[in-house]
Amino acid sequence: MSMLERLEAALARGPRGIEAVLDDVEFPHIEGRNVTFLYRGQAEEVMLHHWIHGLPGELQFKRLQRSDLWVLQVDLPRQSRMEYKIGVMVRGRGQLIRDPLNSHLARDPFGANSVVYGEGYEPPEWTVEDGEARKGTIEERHLDSNVFGDWRPIQIYRPARFRETRRYPLLVVHDGMDYLKYASLQVILDNLIHRLELPPLIAVMTQSSERMTEYAADDRHADFLVKDLVPQMEELLPLIRKPSARAMMGASFGAVASLSTAWRHPGFFGKLLLQSGSFVFTEIGEHDRPPVFDPVVKFVNKFRKKPGRPADSVFVSCGVYESLIYYNRSLVPLLQETGMQVRFREANDGHNWENWRDRLREGLSSLFPGPLWHVYE
Amino acid sequence: MLSSAIVLGPQRRDPNVIEALDHFVSDRTQPVAVVTAGWEEREDEDGELREHVCRPLVNLKIWARVERIFAKDKQLHEAIRERDTTWKRAQELYRLRLDGLMGASRELLRQSGQDAMAAAEEQDSWDLVRGLDQQHAARIAQIHADFFEQHQPAERAAVQAERRALEKQLGEVACLMVAGGHIGVLLHRMQLFDLLALWGDRPVIAWSAGAMALSERVVLFHDEPPQGSSWAEVMEAGFGLLPDLVALPHARHRLQTDDSLRVRMLSRRFAPAKCALLDYGARWDWHGGKWTGHAGSRQLGFDGLVEEVSQ
Repeated sequence: MSMLERLEAALARGPRGIEAVLDDVEFPHIEGRNVTFLYRGQAEEVMLHHWIHGLPGELQFKRLQRSDLWVLQVDLPRQSRMEYKIGVMVRGRGQLIRDPLNSHLARDPFGANSVVYGEGYEPPEWTVEDGEARKGTIEERHLDSNVFGDWRPIQIYRPARFRETRRYPLLVVHDGMDYLKYASLQVILDNLIHRLELPPLIAVMTQSSERMTEYAADDRHADFLVKDLVPQMEELLPLIRKPSARAMMGASFGAVASLSTAWRHPGFFGKLLLQSGSFVFTEIGEHDRPPVFDPVVKFVNKFRKKPGRPADSVFVSCGVYESLIYYNRSLVPLLQETGMQVRFREANDGHNWENWRDRLREGLSSLFPGPLWHVYE
Repeated sequence: MLSSAIVLGPQRRDPNVIEALDHFVSDRTQPVAVVTAGWEEREDEDGELREHVCRPLVNLKIWARVERIFAKDKQLHEAIRERDTTWKRAQELYRLRLDGLMGASRELLRQSGQDAMAAAEEQDSWDLVRGLDQQHAARIAQIHADFFEQHQPAERAAVQAERRALEKQLGEVACLMVAGGHIGVLLHRMQLFDLLALWGDRPVIAWSAGAMALSERVVLFHDEPPQGSSWAEVMEAGFGLLPDLVALPHARHRLQTDDSLRVRMLSRRFAPAKCALLDYGARWDWHGGKWTGHAGSRQLGFDGLVEEVSQ
């Protein structure tokens, strides 16, 4: 019996029948690729809001007979993640809520969404705190920026068993505080270093209050990283002062900031990790994105004409449910033609922090391979 | 070959090295020595171990000694760098050949239950893999031999001075322990002093990379690396003091022991040696020409299952 048939049969038995199903079954319910969402409550209309490119933006729940049960069935490929909210229309007023029947949440700077996991998806165990892994530390500081003429907050991750006498690679993280908060970056660094999949490294987390301007291929931001941040970090910290030991990463506009910085200062950073980059470009006419994309499109168009060789190696990832997948796929052959070492990973996921989190093991360890094969403590 | 030795799992958590030490040296006032060169620049961070062994501990500080030699003898340092570059290249080339052979062996092993012809092919495929492993170990041994012949480290003043100091220290201790860490660093730095020749046939306790270094061949392994191939590879010959043993530390994290195909592949490839899983609490004693596992210690079986030593 399918879930829909089961719900209809339960409905025929009245409230007790419904309660019995709710006690017995977790919703959203997964059967192969078929996901059944359930909403219970009085409403005129119930919709599923999601951010999957290619599907209609809102999917309508179907009311079961005249009951307060609303059902929606969606096809969700294996190992997918889908973030969503439920839109409920009551007395002509709509409200977006998290799914009351689903305890899985994905957090981001705007709050949290409900999230459903397709068959075969498990949050990777290396994203969860490991009691055996030695912990690194985070220091909060401010950085004096000559380029911007202000003080900027940064956070510095030092690996466990940090020693001043040793030299470390540097990882600069755009939206770094968000990566810590929403993508478990500190836990992941601790775990991957503990597992020897990454060498001990220092990460500097940057955060801009004007990211939509400064990360949008802004010359000042590139200069800030190359002329302010890295030199000051090299004075402060025992870093390996070589491009091959410097990496820069970011997601969305943070990826644009990373690539545009590397393009303006080729060879300064040896490695790039670009997640769901907003690499929108135009072949003809104007782009259809908001005006904040103007400088991004201008940069990407220029980059496509003359890419140069911004770095030595790059890891690119993007969710196939993002509208940006087309732009990221287009970028990959272009990067390959520059002679850079390029790795590209697609995932059944959207434009969100958990997608970016789940790709960090492969991305970071491809840029900075750890001594996994040679160390047995 | 040593007359007696004990091989252990990692010692960071729930250490069992003290029982092994008590086995060899019942008098706890007797000093014992340890090599922690595999910990590299953290070599002297031996506080936890010192507390645990409950007896005077002499850290031989092999890593720091070699650093001092490098500072004094730049020519030797450069020669070692060159040797390491050659060694890495040889490893890359070996990996290319290994990849082809292992893919075929895995497929043949998968089919070996179907008919006698596939089973025979599978047997032969392991001969090819073993042949490659031996050839590679011989190639690396030649790289080392060329290095030793050309640069004569034992004749160099900086090495001799440190070796004399080591000889004196080793004369004053009752047991030698070799800890884990970076297997290449550990093995090559011990080789530079021919440390185990200085030690002779006295009891040795080794764990993790220490056990790998003392065995006949060093096998590098990880079933789920974040990238690249997951075929176990022979790094080179070890000191050959622990016969018929392939040391596999941290197996619970590194090996998919519930995958019987992978278990069979490892055990068949290195047969007849014992593939000992050196997890926390593991202990294998070498005495009287045979290995004895302590309760709970595990090894890979030819049938694809993990065998555990019972009480």
